[in-house]
Amino acid sequence: MAIATLCFYVFAGILVACGAMVITVRNPVHSVLFLILAFFNAAGLFVLIGAEFLAMILVVVYVGAVAVLFLFVVMMLDVNFQDMRKGAKRYAGVGAAVGLVLLVEILLVVGAWQIDPVMVGSGAAPTPALAEMDNTRALGNLIYTEYVYLFQGAGMVLLVAMVGAIVLTHRKRDGVKRQVINDQLARSAKDDVKPVKVTSGSGI
Amino acid sequence: MAVGLEHYLTVAAILFSLGLFGIFLNRRNVIIILMSIELMLLAVNINLVSFSVFLQDLVGQVFAMFVLTVAAAEAAIGLAILVVFYRNRASISVEDINQMKG
Repeated sequence: MAIATLCFYVFAGILVACGAMVITVRNPVHSVLFLILAFFNAAGLFVLIGAEFLAMILVVVYVGAVAVLFLFVVMMLDVNFQDMRKGAKRYAGVGAAVGLVLLVEILLVVGAWQIDPVMVGSGAAPTPALAEMDNTRALGNLIYTEYVYLFQGAGMVLLVAMVGAIVLTHRKRDGVKRQVINDQLARSAKDDVKPVKVTSGSGI
Repeated sequence: MAVGLEHYLTVAAILFSLGLFGIFLNRRNVIIILMSIELMLLAVNINLVSFSVFLQDLVGQVFAMFVLTVAAAEAAIGLAILVVFYRNRASISVEDINQMKG
């Protein structure tokens, strides 16, 4: 139990520190790298709490896809990020005040949260015992049966996002040779092959 | 002292506030704002998962998965818009995003 507590504080401490670094470091590339570390630590917290599948999804989807996407974009855009910090001080006070108020309010709400023991396990989909079924299998049993329409909807959202991203960033460039299948198929020997009578000894 | 629900909720609350603060602190840089939104969504996911575990109800984890999906889609579309905007204006400053003004 002591090890679990220690792990929680290590993961939580690094997570919060990384969150702070993401928004304060000057170089956006470093910010993305801190974001990746934050996601890793959040995945650690998920493993600790017993949600292994979501932890792995977090690593695969966020670290493997989203963070790398951010990294690509940050490195692709040739922007002077130093100028962007101008005027940050002006709003830092307001931002800190709003953030602090929000934090205190949330802590007031959740700090004394007590779960009624009657509520435990009486929800829509009670977690099966670990000896009976592991986390991944239990989640799979749920999303492929009861939540299958939502699951398909999530797939649709991703498909639309993918098509949207491609449509947005795709551009036509002049002077690039492309294969036009229709033109190739529409050719016929009648139009393109010209018989020439060659007289002997003179060439064409 | 055993780690309980309130510990996870506190971490999530701190992370959410940091995300909000980040939007104020980097209000010119769209990329950092998008990353702040990702931080806030991560905090929401931590909340959902910890409630799901402590209430022994798997629906919270299913919902966290859908939040993850939407977050991934949002990041992809947001960054695509950013790339298109950079191509047109050679800048990603929030203050330059005013072409839709009448």
